[in-house]
Amino acid sequence: MSAPVLFDVPGPRAKARIRLWTAVGALLVLAVVAVVLWRLAGNGQLEGQRWSVLFDPNSGVPQALWDGLLSTLKVAALGMVLATALGLLLAVGRLSDHRWVRLPVSAVVEFFRAVPLLVVIFTLFFFLPGFGIRLSAYQALVGGLTLYNMAVLAEIFRAGILSIDRGQREAAYALGLRKTQVMTSVLLPQAVRRMLPVLIAQLVVLLKDSSLGFIIGYFELLRQARSLVEFFTPRFGSEYTFQLYVAAGLVYVLLNVLLSQLARYVERRTRRNTRAGGKAPDAGVPDVASVVDDGRAAPL
Amino acid sequence: MDFLADNASLLWRAFLTTLSLSLLAGLLALVLGTLLAAFRVSPIPPLRGAATFYVELLRNTPLTVVFFFIIFGLPQIDLIMPFFPGAVAAVALYTAAFVCEAIRSGINTVPPGQAEAARALGMTFPQTLGQVVLPQAVRAAIPPLGNVWIAMVKNTSIAAGFAVTELTASMQRLSNAQADQLVLVLLAVVVGYCVITVPSAWVVHRLERKVAVLR
Repeated sequence: MSAPVLFDVPGPRAKARIRLWTAVGALLVLAVVAVVLWRLAGNGQLEGQRWSVLFDPNSGVPQALWDGLLSTLKVAALGMVLATALGLLLAVGRLSDHRWVRLPVSAVVEFFRAVPLLVVIFTLFFFLPGFGIRLSAYQALVGGLTLYNMAVLAEIFRAGILSIDRGQREAAYALGLRKTQVMTSVLLPQAVRRMLPVLIAQLVVLLKDSSLGFIIGYFELLRQARSLVEFFTPRFGSEYTFQLYVAAGLVYVLLNVLLSQLARYVERRTRRNTRAGGKAPDAGVPDVASVVDDGRAAPL
Repeated sequence: MDFLADNASLLWRAFLTTLSLSLLAGLLALVLGTLLAAFRVSPIPPLRGAATFYVELLRNTPLTVVFFFIIFGLPQIDLIMPFFPGAVAAVALYTAAFVCEAIRSGINTVPPGQAEAARALGMTFPQTLGQVVLPQAVRAAIPPLGNVWIAMVKNTSIAAGFAVTELTASMQRLSNAQADQLVLVLLAVVVGYCVITVPSAWVVHRLERKVAVLR
């Protein structure tokens, strides 16, 4: 149900009412923005010189923030690769015919899905030294992100594999493929393709969670901003504090918006491909042109 | 086991902090999220725009950044929050965006005929939404809302990084213990979270079956 169903096409009086409320609503929104700006200006936070430090290479600020961004991306990228690889393995393991594989894998997946990510990271960072294993903040962060997200991704992949039509598997067996071959060359490629939007959405979550490095003292974007603030404070007071925080926060938001857009784009693409495969029965003949155009037939 | 007994009061208080943080933030997020969802389907463009902007912004911001702004950023505009209320605010503001999406997906499951019938009876937008659509939408939204709630309980752990001594922070406090005791601490913390999430999942499941709308 789309929004307009909820209210009538407005007549003249309703239009006047809506105009009135539009004005009130706009005023409210503007008032909130104005109060924030007024408070900021009152504290001198909007002065150009305070913001220009973010772009002034002589201050070392852009370099430090850039380093922070790179550290964030490094952790996130490594975590993404490891979590995806391990998630695939776990998904396949959980669907295994052998109980001695299935049960422990299920236990691992359920455990890491139930535990908050920060608990995993803290365990690696604060508890493992008690067993003589000392991890750096970087390793603990990558480890935590990997362990937690591999469990989530495993469930995503498993749902994808289970959603593939039985006929695919049966046909593959009928052709004489072995179990491994059926999984790797028939089921997994289709499952991954089908689950791509969800997969990317989860990878966005992983990128967001890499900000937890702030808490264990890994110098990612937020921690970098905080340390810059701590560096500036003795000399300039809290002159640049707010600006640095806003900059770090904005970079995160931009990064995630970009990735979310990518997810949306991929989702639209995959949806179109499915339709092109002739899934819609009312289309009569499948649209051959678009199938050929895509270069590959979509899963049926 | 002695070790756990010695620190039982710390762990118990930490558990209560996590529980109260979750309950308060959950309640706030539910109210705020419902309001946002109502804004998002309302006929008034600025409200729609503001709610959409809020949801998109908060959904794309890491919770740590939200915490960061509330604890370190707000003092810059002379709004100083103590740590616990700050944590409640951060978790609630963040979760409200997800609650809004869950309820909106619930609204989408209500057949258009319901709203059309309400309008045919001459109901205004607030009446249509409040008396006809939302009651049905919330029922359909119970499973996603349950997921949001459980994810939120796990997200409260981030308050550990901002001077709130909840379950996860207690791990940091007790990290100097012997290796075999560390396993116990970890177990206690995990059990603490499961005590909240597992019954919640069960309640959500029961609720879902009880109030499900047959279509």
